[in-house]
Formats: sequence, C-alpha cells, structure tokens
Amino acid sequence: MIALEGVSKRYGGQTVVDDVSLALGGEGVTALIGPNGAGKSTLFGLVGRLVRPDAGRVTVDGLDVATTPSQELARRVAVLRQDNHVAARLTVQDLVEFGRFPHSRGRLTVDDRDHVERAVAHLGLEGYRDRFLDELSGGQRQRASIAMVLAQDTRYVLLDEPLNNLDLRHMGETMRLVREMADVLGKRVVTVLHDVNSAAAYADRIVAMRDGRVVADAPARDVMRPEVLADVYDTTVDVREIDGRPVALYYG
Amino acid sequence: MLTEPAPVAVRPRPRLRASVRRAGSAVRLAALGGLVLALVAAYLFTDVPGSLAYALEKRGLTVAATVVVAAAVGVSTVVFHTITGNRVLTPSIMGFDAFYLLVSTAVVFAAGSAAFLAADPLVLWAVQVAVMVGFSVVLSTWLFGGKRRSIHLMLLVGIVLGTFFRSFSEWMQRMLDPLDFQVLSDAFFASLTRPDETLLVLTAALVAVGCAVVVPLLRTLDVLTLGEPVAVGLGVDHRRVVLTLFAVVSVMVAASTALVGPVLFLGLIVANLAYAWAGSFRHAWTVPTAVLLGVVCLLGGQLVLERVLGFGGTLSTVVDFAGGLFFLYLVLRKGAR
Ligand SMILES: Nc1ncnc2c1ncn2[C@@H]1O[C@H](COP(=O)(O)OP(=O)(O)OP(=O)(O)O)[C@@H](O)[C@H]1O
Ligand SMILES: [Mg+2]
Repeated sequence: MIALEGVSKRYGGQTVVDDVSLALGGEGVTALIGPNGAGKSTLFGLVGRLVRPDAGRVTVDGLDVATTPSQELARRVAVLRQDNHVAARLTVQDLVEFGRFPHSRGRLTVDDRDHVERAVAHLGLEGYRDRFLDELSGGQRQRASIAMVLAQDTRYVLLDEPLNNLDLRHMGETMRLVREMADVLGKRVVTVLHDVNSAAAYADRIVAMRDGRVVADAPARDVMRPEVLADVYDTTVDVREIDGRPVALYYG
Repeated sequence: MLTEPAPVAVRPRPRLRASVRRAGSAVRLAALGGLVLALVAAYLFTDVPGSLAYALEKRGLTVAATVVVAAAVGVSTVVFHTITGNRVLTPSIMGFDAFYLLVSTAVVFAAGSAAFLAADPLVLWAVQVAVMVGFSVVLSTWLFGGKRRSIHLMLLVGIVLGTFFRSFSEWMQRMLDPLDFQVLSDAFFASLTRPDETLLVLTAALVAVGCAVVVPLLRTLDVLTLGEPVAVGLGVDHRRVVLTLFAVVSVMVAASTALVGPVLFLGLIVANLAYAWAGSFRHAWTVPTAVLLGVVCLLGGQLVLERVLGFGGTLSTVVDFAGGLFFLYLVLRKGAR
C-alpha cells in the first residue's frame, strides 16, 4: 500500500497539500480527479520523492519514502509525469530501455529485453522504436513514456494525465491498457484524469481533490453525482445514465 | 494491440539494430584512437634535432601531460554538461580559471615575482589545487546542503564570484611592477612543454582517481540526461550522485589547471565535437571520445605551434581563439533553430 499520513506541503504561504491522510494502491484502478491546481501532481511528487513534505509521512509497503534507498522504491513505484519532456536526443527504444534501470542499472538481461519488448508492443510502438523522440507527435511521445513506465514493471503505477495529447482511439486503448495492467498484470494503478467519464468508465475508485484536500473518496459510481462533481469543480455538471453507465455532461 | 503482444517474434531485430549502432560508435571511437596514435608518433619521432633518446624523454613528458589534461578536461566537461543539463557551459563558468588567476596574482602581489619563481612548484601546485577544490566544495555544500536548491543558482553564484575574482586580480595586477607582471602573464599562458615531473605524476594520480569514480557512474550519467525528475523516478539518488560528480569535476579541473594553466575552453570544443562524433548519447561513448578529441586538439595544436610555426609553448592563444569561434558558432546555431 501507499500510505500518506497527515501529509502537508506548502509553497511560500500557499498550502498546496493540506493534511492529507490517504491510502492508495488497493486492487484495481484508482482515478484521482480535481480542478487545476488542486494538488494532484504534488501528491504524486510526494510519493515519487520529488517533493519533500513539510509535515507527515509517506510510506510504500511500509517503507518510509524519506529514508528508503531510491532504487528500492523505484522497483515498487513507477511514475508517469505530467510534463515528460526529455531534452536528450534518444530513440523510443532507448527511452523504454531506461525503464529497466532500477532492475539492471543499465545492463540489460534477457529478462529486461523481454519486458521492453512487451511494453513496446503493448503501446503499439513497434514501428517507432528507432525514431528519435523529437521526431514524434505529442501523442506518440506520450505513449513512449507510458511504455517506459510499463517496462519498469512495478507493483504500483502512478500515471499523471496519461491521456494528454492522445486522440480518441488512443485514449480508449490507453484506458483499456490501464485496466489490463490492473486485471491481468495485477498492478495497482493510480491515475490522474481530467475526463471524469473516462474515470467513471475505467476506474474502480475515484479520489477527488480540491484545494489540497481530499473531498471525495468512493467507488466511481458514487462520485459521479451532480452534487459531488459540482462541489469538486465548482461548476454545474449534469450526470445522465447511458446504457447503465453514468455520463457527465459538462458542455454548454 | 492489447490482446496478444508477441515479444518472441520481434525480439531479434532491435537487438541487431542496436548492435549495428553500437558497432558504428565503436568504429568511430577506434578511428579516433588511430588518429591519436598517429599524432603521438608524429610528435615523438619527427623532426628530431639531436639525440633521439633525449628528445623522446622530453617529448614523452609533453605527451603524458597532454593525455592527463585531455582526460581531465574531456571527462569534466561532459560530466558537467550532463549534471547541469546544458551543453554550452564549461566548468570555468564556476570561476575555476578566475580563481586560479586570483591565487597566482595574490602570491605575486604579496611576495613578489622572485618568491613566485623561487617557490617550490609542488607547494604552489598543492596550494592552488587545495584552494580551488575548497572553493567549489564550499560553494556546492552551501548550495546543496539543507534544502534542495537549484543548480542554476549555483551557476549564477559561480559566475558572479568568477567576475569578482577576475576584477580583483586585475586590480592587483595594475599595481604590480612590470617585471612581476611579466612573470605572472607567462604563468597564465597554458603550456604543455616541460611540465614538472612530480606535479605531472600527482595530477595524473588525481585525474585517475576521478576517472575511477566516473566510470562506474557512466550508465547513471545516461539516466541523468533524462532530467532530474525522471532520474529520481528510476531510482537514482540524484543529490548524492550530482554532489559526487561535482566533486570529481572540481578536483580534475583544479589539478589540471594548476599543472598547465587555464585550458577549459578546450572542453567546450571537445565535448561538443564528441557529441557529434560519437553518434550516441551514451556516456560510455561520449566521454572517451571527448578525451581522445582533447588529445587530438592539444597535440595537433602543439605540433602546429612547434613544428610549423616554430613557437615555444603558448597554446592558450590557439585554444582561446578556436574555442571563442566555436562558442559563437554554437550560440548562433542554437539561436537559428
Ligand atoms: N514548485 C512549486 N513552487 C510553487 N508553487 C507550486 C510548485 N508546484 C506546484 N505549485 C502550486 O501548487 C498548486 C498545486 O499544483 P499541482 O501541480 O499539484 O496541481 P494539479 O492538481 O496537478 O493541477 P493540474 O490539473 O493543473 O495539473 C498550484 O497552485 C501550483 O501553482
Ligand atoms: Mg498536475
């Protein structure tokens, strides 16, 4: 489990994560939703040891993130960053191979190569492996980054807006991949999503944040209610049932 | 795409492609190695004035100094580029050269050029290395100690201090008598001929230790090119690794600067040529390529200076001129894109 206990983070005078206690990484897929600036990425940063908490404690499988060796944690948690721009000139294959670094420190074994191949195949990137990242479209680059996270082969997978830049088809495929990671590979996926309908369709549990606090944490269906969503996003949202699934209407 | 990923069928091809690429890098590195050997042979064996044994002894020292300096400059510049995520800087931006100028000037200013010339070169070297390393250790622990601070702040402080050291040195130099000033100017011109043997051995030892620290970190350096957040996500202890590498860079740069004078501009040329020549972002290729290119530049320059132009040993003019042009080229090319 990934456990946050009374975690707070302040930037200047602004409290960005406000005394959050939360357990993530139960079976299945958890969606993390909330408006821009709610503190979702900061929460991931706290788990991914990029952000040090001002108060509280973060543990992964009981290991304190602040004191456990980085490599040990990198074998348990993989994080897809919201902004995953890479300045170095490398190919898709190079990037995905980096996902194995926590396991092999850069000397790939047969097993490592197998993981890399499967990740490349899962994201449909076979035709792109020798392309340089700066020669890809935004969505292809996003898929390459997801492949790297997948190759890392960790129990916990944190995805910060994995649907960024993806077209309709790849949005669907990526969400089904997320589902498969949980159902077939047994991974515990936590993913930040802005599209609440994707969250409702593919996640088991939705955690909603606002102003650095967790304001809702329930099975997906229970969060998909007009009054809950209105409170989270501070705007009116209509929710309809289509083919037995709740669908939020937020246009017009 | 999700149902049946078939890794077995596709596995051999990328391996082949990757190994072709690796072979390309190896061939390029080997070619460069051949060029280095040819230059060394040309330097050692052509144009021998008298006894070959005497010439070889004298020239052998210059070749050794060249290799040591090229290793220090090549390794430290490539490492510095990676940890700062910037390819147009050299460690000189941290004020190393300026600090060397300041220490030398201060010695001449306080004790006179006679004392400077009479001083045990070993003591002078040791003091300069110690003071330069001390300076960078203080700077880096201050900036990295306690809270996480950015490497950019560190660079900014280095630039400000460097400018201050330079101005302060110039102020002292203006008050020197002409003879003292002449002695000092000579010391500031990088020279690879007639290095002090003891200093050469000591510098080589420090540079070797530096390389021994860097070599196991070559693959970690590859990961650092992905940027701090991704590197941390992949299990790199970023703070510790960067501090270690920074210390190595400091020691190497300090030792080689104290041996032959400021030649850091060379690093800019060789590192950027190495990125183009190596054809790979991997440090296992770029670092040795940069070192070999350093030998080519230094020894080639030395050959031209000594044998073609008939000069003694003022290599810094060539290095600074070529480096300046190259820097402009880099900046302009960056701007054009
Ligand atoms: N390094 C930083 N320094 C100062 N403020 C920061 C920093 N990082 C984040 N913040 C602030 O913290 C708040 C939360 O940011 P965070 O990136 O966690 O939001 P988010 O929920 O991921 O938003 P989005 O949906 O836009 O990605 C924002 O108000 C942001 O301005
Ligand atoms: Mg965010």
